[in-house]
Amino acid sequence: MTRVETQDRRQQAPRRSLTRRLWRAAPPGLRQPLGLVAALVAAAWLVICLIGPVIAPHDPLAQELPRFTPPGEIAFLGTDELGRDLLSRILAGARVTIGLSLLLVCLSMLIGSVLGLLAGFFGRWVDETIMRFTDLVLAFPTVILAMVTAAALGASLFNAVLAALVVSWPPYARVVRSIVLGLRGNDFVFSGRLLGFSAARSIRVDILPNTLGPTLVLASLDIGTAALLLSGLSFLGLGAKPPTPEWGSMVSAAVSHFDKWWLGVFPGLAILTVVMSFNFIGDALRDALDPGVERR
Amino acid sequence: MTAPALRIESLSLGIRGEDGLTPILDQVSLDVGRGEVQGLAGESGSGKTITGLTVIGLEPAKSEVTGHIWMDGDDLLKITGSALNAVRGSRVGMVFQDPGTSLHPQLKVGAQLTDHVRYHLKVGKGEALDRAAAALDRVGVGGGRDTLSRYPHEFSGGQRQRIAIAIALACDPAVLIADEPTTALDVTVQAGVLALIRSLVDSLGLAVLFITHDLGVMSAVADRVAIMRHGRIVENGDRRQVFTAPAHAYTRELLASLPGAAGGLRSREDLARIDPFGAGEGSGEGQGERSAP
Amino acid sequence: MSLASPQPDAKGRRGGGGRHAALARYIAKRLVIAIGLLFGMTLVTFCLTNLVPGDPVAAALGQRAADDPETVARFRAEYGLDQSLPAQYVAYLGRLIHFDLGTSWQTHRPVSADLAKAVPATMEIAFGAIVCAAVIGITFGAWSAYRRGRLTDQSLRLVSLVGISLPTFWTAIVCFYVFYYRLGWAPGSGRLTPGVAAPPRVTGMYTVDALLAGEWRTFVDASAHLALPTLVLTLYTVGLLTRFSRTSILEVLDQDYVRAAKAKGLPGRTVFFRYVLRGAAVPILTVVGLAFGSLLSGTVLVESIFGWPGLGSYAYQASSKLDLLAVMGVGLVVGLVYLCVNLVVDLAYGFIDPRVRVGR
Repeated sequence: MTRVETQDRRQQAPRRSLTRRLWRAAPPGLRQPLGLVAALVAAAWLVICLIGPVIAPHDPLAQELPRFTPPGEIAFLGTDELGRDLLSRILAGARVTIGLSLLLVCLSMLIGSVLGLLAGFFGRWVDETIMRFTDLVLAFPTVILAMVTAAALGASLFNAVLAALVVSWPPYARVVRSIVLGLRGNDFVFSGRLLGFSAARSIRVDILPNTLGPTLVLASLDIGTAALLLSGLSFLGLGAKPPTPEWGSMVSAAVSHFDKWWLGVFPGLAILTVVMSFNFIGDALRDALDPGVERR
Repeated sequence: MTAPALRIESLSLGIRGEDGLTPILDQVSLDVGRGEVQGLAGESGSGKTITGLTVIGLEPAKSEVTGHIWMDGDDLLKITGSALNAVRGSRVGMVFQDPGTSLHPQLKVGAQLTDHVRYHLKVGKGEALDRAAAALDRVGVGGGRDTLSRYPHEFSGGQRQRIAIAIALACDPAVLIADEPTTALDVTVQAGVLALIRSLVDSLGLAVLFITHDLGVMSAVADRVAIMRHGRIVENGDRRQVFTAPAHAYTRELLASLPGAAGGLRSREDLARIDPFGAGEGSGEGQGERSAP
Repeated sequence: MSLASPQPDAKGRRGGGGRHAALARYIAKRLVIAIGLLFGMTLVTFCLTNLVPGDPVAAALGQRAADDPETVARFRAEYGLDQSLPAQYVAYLGRLIHFDLGTSWQTHRPVSADLAKAVPATMEIAFGAIVCAAVIGITFGAWSAYRRGRLTDQSLRLVSLVGISLPTFWTAIVCFYVFYYRLGWAPGSGRLTPGVAAPPRVTGMYTVDALLAGEWRTFVDASAHLALPTLVLTLYTVGLLTRFSRTSILEVLDQDYVRAAKAKGLPGRTVFFRYVLRGAAVPILTVVGLAFGSLLSGTVLVESIFGWPGLGSYAYQASSKLDLLAVMGVGLVVGLVYLCVNLVVDLAYGFIDPRVRVGR
């Protein structure tokens, strides 16, 4: 508590240019230098997703360089145990990890929202069944359940996404359900029903638009988690199969060659920067909209 | 005439924000004498609560304060840190609006009644508990040690506010700041709490700064009434004079909009009929539920 | 003037006895839910083991054996795969009750025997890490909340965001490389230096057992080996705990009772420990429970890197070889541990928050 002895000086309202106003409209989290950096990093990775293989100096699968070359002139980030160029593999791997993470987030948002909507809107046994199922999924630590599911399905990238999907929809279902429950008691939804609008119309017009904001914030925070989960499954050998340039499985190659530090460090840094930038953006969005998704 | 227990002298306060300084209080001056209830009334947002909080140094963050708050020759605005802590709770007690939120739900009543007593008066646990039981007796919540081992949610709203008053008075402060102490209570319980405050003023010689938006409550409990608007005191005077012959147009406006006041209280005479120790307070369940946020 | 007797409302009048009965009801309710979840978990692992597309025989025996019809028939009969599904589930539960989780085809030992060895090793890191992460996380969270919006808050926010974004398996490799290979500060992989004998088994946690046996040297050695995995898992969860503690404490700092405590003139320290922390205890405890789950996930990803013979290494080897029964065993055990932790957290609410006891 500062007690400053100053006279009441009314400041003049500063004049604001257009750029300044745009700046103020952006989520506060992104207005700091670090937020800007995060946005730029995320954008850069998205670009690499699109053009990665084109700008890669080598074929990510070709075993054409000396094995275990340290970073240097021959290969900027070194080569792996089969003589493949690490930089090229990381660039090509962006598509796999980021692309699948985005896909995973979209799918879990879709499935979770639908289930949450059904639970919240129809209530009773529908709600009871869906929510008990949600509880059951949440009763396992996520990576463990994903690992178990992926192992049962068999190791492949597709199955890894499927397994990750099994564990990542519940938060969406919970958030959407609670919003729907809140809205269902609201007058405007009730009056719509009184006017004889169908359940479908009520959902489409009155409810869906209101669930969009919070789910999108949740999704933006979830991209990083999805990337960590998928690369983790691949690290365990339950995702990408050997020649595929996937960051998690690239790190796992370093387990048996930990003295060759570059094998693990660079793909790991790729994961870290992707996850961090998306987390930062999601965080800024959440602060801006604050739908209270942090509360369970 | 002796010096007032609390003298607020040309207190101004502004909050520093992105758009410069927003003025909240403007040259507020008030005297609260011993054995006297100084009322401070006004609409919400008029700055009356902030006035009360500023006295004990709990003004909002980024506030810039000027003026003086005198107590026994000390300017409270010049005091900071542990010296300020020594004033709070010990020389000035404070009662907040809603006892449902101002008492910690997870701490026993006894703990909340004794921790500041032990800190301020440097007494042991046993003596603090004795004082706490005595303080509870004084506000009409008996039951002694048994009451001390209960949690706030086990009491009705009126009793919770009595406990909050007991906490505020446990260290025998000279001044009590009561910020809307009856607003969150059921109408039927309000009168009892008001009668309690009045009887404490009369028996202990307490100086009370009583903040409320409810002029009916004000007319029942206050000796002097100040009317606040937009952070400024527009009228301050004897209760009878302010209510019967208001000098300021705004006061007249307020009085005109006064409906049949809370609990049917309109005057000190009404209050005198109320038992301050709660016999009129029903023990019905749910009366403690919050009636205002 | 009549000094009225106290008038506790109906709840209060029931007194101490009512309070205990409510607490008992609360505990009973939590137990029922936990048992329900336990059954749900077995159903999940049963379904995954038996119903998933793909041949469980091939998964359990390997493709070569699955091509031999006689082996397949024997296997199906042995595991009751020729019976109806409910019958199979009942048989599965029956086996679980006898701790029969099947035989790992990779180690050729019963999965339950493998797990019995692995669980204490994992718990040793997990307990250490959760304690460290909770202490650091709550401290950081509180610090951040008190300095809301200032430089400290911003920096801690960055730190916790980095923490949340770290791929654990990568952190583990980097830490191992730096602290063991480069700097030589940490001992190598495993739970003990080769040549140091394991202490007599009581809990299976070497540090505890060494202390119990009074083997000081073994204790120091075991602790040294414990340091790096614990550090990595602490890093993994501390970000999460910092963020949630910050949010919870910020919420409590806005409460009236904190302002009232300040108005009582209590020093900041007392206000924090007595009022703020107590008010934030329930949400923080919830997150500590959640964090324990993510920590167990983390062990699966990092143990193999440190050659730590716990659940994680076992799961890592099992999943990379698609040893399905072993993976399911790990899933079930970890699920069970997590369930117990959450149950403890739920029960702790009953003691922290008196309102829970009266069924609010």
